[in-house]
Formats: sequence, structure tokens, C-alpha cells
Amino acid sequence: MFRKFIALEWKAFIRSSALTGNVVLTVFKVLGALYFIAIFLAFGFGGYYLLLDITSDPLAVVSKYMLYYLVFDLVFRLFLQKLPVINIRPFLPLPIKRSTIVNFAIGKTLLSFFNWSHLFFLLPFTIVLIKESYDPLNAMLWFTGILAFIYCNNFLNILLNNKDSLLAVFTALLLGFGALQYYSVFDVTTYTSVFYHGLYATYYMVVIPVIALLALWVLTYKYFYGNLHLDTGLSQKEEEARTENYSWLNRYGTLGTFLKNDIRLIRRNKRSKTTVIMSVVFLFYGLLFFTGAMEMYDNSMLQMFAAIFVTGGFLFTFGQFVPSWDSAYYPLMMSQNIQYREYISAKWWLVVIGTLASTLLASFYLYYGWDIYVMIIAGAVFNIGVNSHLVLLGGAYIKTPIDLASSKQAFGDKKAFNVKTMLISLPKMLVPMLLYVIGENLIGQWWGSILVILAGVAGFAFRNKVFSMIEKIYKAEKYATLHSYKQKN
Amino acid sequence: MIQVHNLKKAYNGVTVLNIASLEIPKGESFGLVGNNGAGKTTFFSLLLDLIQPSAGYITSNNIKINESEGWKPFTSAFLDETFLIGYLTPEEYFYFIGDLRGLNKADVDAFLTQYEDFFNGEILQKKKYLRDLSKGNQKKVGIIAALIGKPEVIILDEPFANLDPTTQFRLKKVLKELADDPEVTILVSSHDLAHTIEVSNRIVALQKGEVVKDIQTSAETLRELEAFFAA
Repeated sequence: MFRKFIALEWKAFIRSSALTGNVVLTVFKVLGALYFIAIFLAFGFGGYYLLLDITSDPLAVVSKYMLYYLVFDLVFRLFLQKLPVINIRPFLPLPIKRSTIVNFAIGKTLLSFFNWSHLFFLLPFTIVLIKESYDPLNAMLWFTGILAFIYCNNFLNILLNNKDSLLAVFTALLLGFGALQYYSVFDVTTYTSVFYHGLYATYYMVVIPVIALLALWVLTYKYFYGNLHLDTGLSQKEEEARTENYSWLNRYGTLGTFLKNDIRLIRRNKRSKTTVIMSVVFLFYGLLFFTGAMEMYDNSMLQMFAAIFVTGGFLFTFGQFVPSWDSAYYPLMMSQNIQYREYISAKWWLVVIGTLASTLLASFYLYYGWDIYVMIIAGAVFNIGVNSHLVLLGGAYIKTPIDLASSKQAFGDKKAFNVKTMLISLPKMLVPMLLYVIGENLIGQWWGSILVILAGVAGFAFRNKVFSMIEKIYKAEKYATLHSYKQKN
Repeated sequence: MIQVHNLKKAYNGVTVLNIASLEIPKGESFGLVGNNGAGKTTFFSLLLDLIQPSAGYITSNNIKINESEGWKPFTSAFLDETFLIGYLTPEEYFYFIGDLRGLNKADVDAFLTQYEDFFNGEILQKKKYLRDLSKGNQKKVGIIAALIGKPEVIILDEPFANLDPTTQFRLKKVLKELADDPEVTILVSSHDLAHTIEVSNRIVALQKGEVVKDIQTSAETLRELEAFFAA
């Protein structure tokens, strides 16, 4: 039976949209994956020696921060790792034993990317430990213990699935402990590191994570076994809907109508919520550049690059998929009496509002100096004046249907990657970077930001022209777009 | 109202629809029947400019559908679930369509009260998003939304499919009322011959993309069609 399951999985894999289709892009994807694997491996092998600079015992440091690593992993999983419950449905009425189905489902989660990707770090790190004359047996016990914890996360994610409130709780815990530790109020790791390091230091500590893992495994098995019905364990979560009228938007006419829908779109769909999360992540991206944390980032050209991203997170992640956000009901949009102009400007306003909000939130960069925040404001003006148009223009060429219900593909998709969008994307960062360098070096200190701001303001002048261009593209590509939105997955 | 001129649609050289000429006068209630792949949905998609004709064209109120968008204000349709916005509640969806057709919230509310029977208490104020409704209930929402704003041309693809028997009866009533309105041209497709005959005063049967029957409904129609499709 298992062999048949595996055959099915294999077919699902080789026929998935990620592998079929454009060969060149598949190669790119594979290269991208290899790149990340290489980075993890480099951290695994090199992390030890990097840490030697600050400590004599790298394992102690890694154990100290292991708590954060694991909680972050759980948060990441709660957010992204989906359970394969849907795929089980067709098996239910077939003459297959319940226990086989459950074992298969659980086995499938064990093989998930969310588990084995950690090995790229853990395995080389342990190997280096042994090579650097840590006790081999103890190092292997440590490795086993941590791996058991990672698999515990796997089961916890299944058992806690679909409880969005938990996501918030864990994120709050993570940030809370992090802040307390950063301001030296309370250092939770002094307590937990004893335990994580104990995995190495003692022979018996490893029993705890292994027992926890087995217990969670049994619990998960029982949970699945008992809930293998369409209306219990396999049901899709339904949230209680609330009608929201946003009547204050009525005064903006059709623009308001679209804005209302876009706000609901963002608030009520997993996929679009990720864009909001990404924009928060981008907000902090600048910390790498502006705090002097990394020496190689400490030059004004790269800082301008970061300034664009700090305020542009939402603009880029949301804007690049206009109109694909509406792909699920594009035939409705195309047969209703819709003015493209209003439709586009609603999306434009949305990314502008997102950019403005990010700019306000980014005001904490003031802490690092006025010049930094002025740079960020310059980036925001450029984003609103120029990049908002470019990003919508690029989106018009992207015909990827978006599955709003899943947060997959949030990090790019093969069809979202084509030469046209690449060409449109380049000036988004390169132009402000060059302007900044020219202004700063040829005219004077503040002139870098001023030139970028001027370019941003100049961008407004082209708004109508760009909107007409986008409108033309939408019209010219209408049938092709409708056709590709029909090809789900 | 609607005129078809040498309309042809082909995919990779295979013709899926080929209608030399067809005229649907204003106020007619037009029923389209045919087996799977006969070209019903293709025809409706062409009527809504969702796909491009390979040759020929359709005019609606003398507007060439694939060249101008002027037909949109007086045309509405419900073909399938791609006409629904899954993350909206039914109310929000109705208001959205209302907004696009120039009706405010109060107008839409007043309009919806006529269809309380049809909804059977399963649609409004149920605290559910459209994506969480059953197929049948989704269909109810889509059909009624297509009637918002007094459209002159209403296109419904398979409106009876997935509906429970009670709702089928109620839908027939709704459609018959619309059929009696001389201002409204209504186009309905179905696999169900009996239902279609009941609500339409003219039936066209498609087979492999060609019009094979074009009859005004009478007492004989059902038997004639049954004989045709049984053969």
C-alpha cells in the first residue's frame, strides 16, 4: 500500500507546476535552492569558526540561543506549513486501513521541507564539533536532541493547526523575551541554555526531547485516527464572517468601492496577509544597513537600496501581483461595467497608503540619526512617485493566478518571473542608488536625498501616462490573462 | 437585441462553435440546450467577451461585443463560481455589484427583499463568506446578483444545476417573471430539457458547435427534444 502512496506522491511532485513548464526557469529555481542550501551549509561549517571570534565555546552560544531558534521555527511553521489533510480525502472511501492512511499522512509531514532543511545547518555544525575535538558521542546526542525538538515542532504544528491566536502568542513570546534580554532585564536563555547545553554535557538529557517526540507522535496519531472524518479532523476551518461596510469610503465613488474590496481582500485571505507580514519584515531590513552591524553594508549606495525597501515592502509584495489578486473572479470583473482607470487607481492608492504607513512606522530609525530618516523619507517619496507606477506596470504583464487561500508561492512564482518584469524592476532600486551617489559626491551631503526626492516628485507627472499604458496593456492582454487565470495550479 | 454573424470559435484548428446566423429579439426568453462540449458555455463566454471569436462577431443592441465595452452597462451574467468573490459575505457581494451598477446599499436591500423566499433563509446574515457556502447556495447568490440593477440582457449558465428541488421551482418562478418583462432578454443554458422548456419561449439546441434545432416552445417541444437527444 505504501508503495502506491509513494507512487502517487511522486506523480504529484513531477507534475506540480513548479517542475512542469519553462525549463529555463526550473533551472533558475534549482540554482536558487542550491544557493540557499550552500548558505546554510556555509553557516553550518563556518558558524563554529565565526563564533570562535567571540567565545571559546561556540556550542554553548548556539545552545544559549537555541530556544529562539526553535520558537521561531514553530512560528514559521504555524504560519506556513500546511497539513496534507486535503490529499487524504480521496482515500477515505477506498478499502485502505485507517491506520495506513494516518501513518501515511504523518509520514508525509516528517519528510517536509520544514524538517529536513534544518539538517543543512545541524549536520555540518555537528561534524565540525566532532572535528574540533568535542566528544563525538556527546555531540551526536546533542544533534539527536535538537533534531527531536525540530520534529516536536512538526507535531506541535499539526496539533495546534489553524489556531491563529497561537501564532500571535508565540510571536509575542519571542519578541517579549528577546526585548527583555536585549535590555538586560531578564535573560530567559540563562535557564534554557542549561538544558540545551545539557544535551551535550550529559548522557541522559537527550531522553527528554526523544520522549517528548514519541509522546507527541502518539498523540498526533490518535488525534488523526479519531478525527478522520470530513466534518472533524479533515474539515476546512471556517471563520465566522462579519459584514463590513466601510461606508466612509462611499464618498470616493467607484474608487471607494474597489478600495473596500481590496481592504477585505487583504484582511481575509492568507496569501494577502503574508504581504503585510513581509512589509513588516522589510521595515526592519534597514537595521542591517543603518546600524553599522555589517561593515560591508556601511556605504551610502547600499543604504539607499535599503531605504527603498524599508518603506516599499508592501508596495513591492502587493503591487507586483496587481491584477492577479483578482484572478479568482477576473471573469466577473471583465464582464461588469468597470472602469480600468478607477480599478488601477484604487490599487495605486492602496500601495501608496501602505508606503505612507511604513514611512510612519519607520520613524524609529530617527534613533540612528536624522540623515538616516531623511534617506528613508527620500526612499518613500521615490517609491510613491516612481516605483508605485513601475510596480503596477510590471504587474500588468504577470498572469499568475493567485490562490488566495494558501500562503504558498508568497515568495515568488515561476510565471511571475519574466524578462519584461525584470527590466521594469531594475530601475526601482538602481535609479535612486545612482542618484544618491551622484548627489552626495558631486554636490554635497544632503543632495543625495534631495535628488532622489526630486526624481520621486517628477514621477508624479507621469502618473496619467502610466495609467493609460497599464490600461492599454490590460485591454490588449485581456483574453490571454483570462485564459491563464483559468489554469489553476 | 442580439445578433450573431458568422460566428466561429476554434481551438488549435478544431472548431467548437460555428453559428452562421442567429437573432435573439428583445424580450425573448432564450433557452440553450445541448450535451457536454456542444458549445453552450463557449457561446456565452463569447457573448461576454471573455474569449475572442476566431471569426465573425456578435452584436448586442447594435454594439459589437468584441470591439466596444458599451454592452456592459446593460448586460449581466452568472456563468460559474469565477463570478463570485470568495472572501466577501453575500451582503458585501450584492452591495459591490450594486455599487458598480449605480445602486446604493438601501436600493440593494430593497431589491433583495423580493428574493427572501428564494434564499430560503440560507444566505443573508449567516456570517459566512461566499467561499464557505455550499455550491447550491453560492449559485443562489450568483443568480440573484446577476439580476441587480435592471439589466436588459441576463445570461445564466446552467442555473438549475446544484439547486435543490424547492429552489429549482422558485428559480423557475423568478425566471418566468423576468421572461414576461418585455424589456428583459434572458438567456439560459441547461442540460435539463424540461426546466429549460418551462422558462423559455424559444429553444435552440447545439450539437458539436452547430445549431441543430431552433424551435418556439409549445406542448410538443419536450417530446421533440427528447426524441432528438435520445437518438
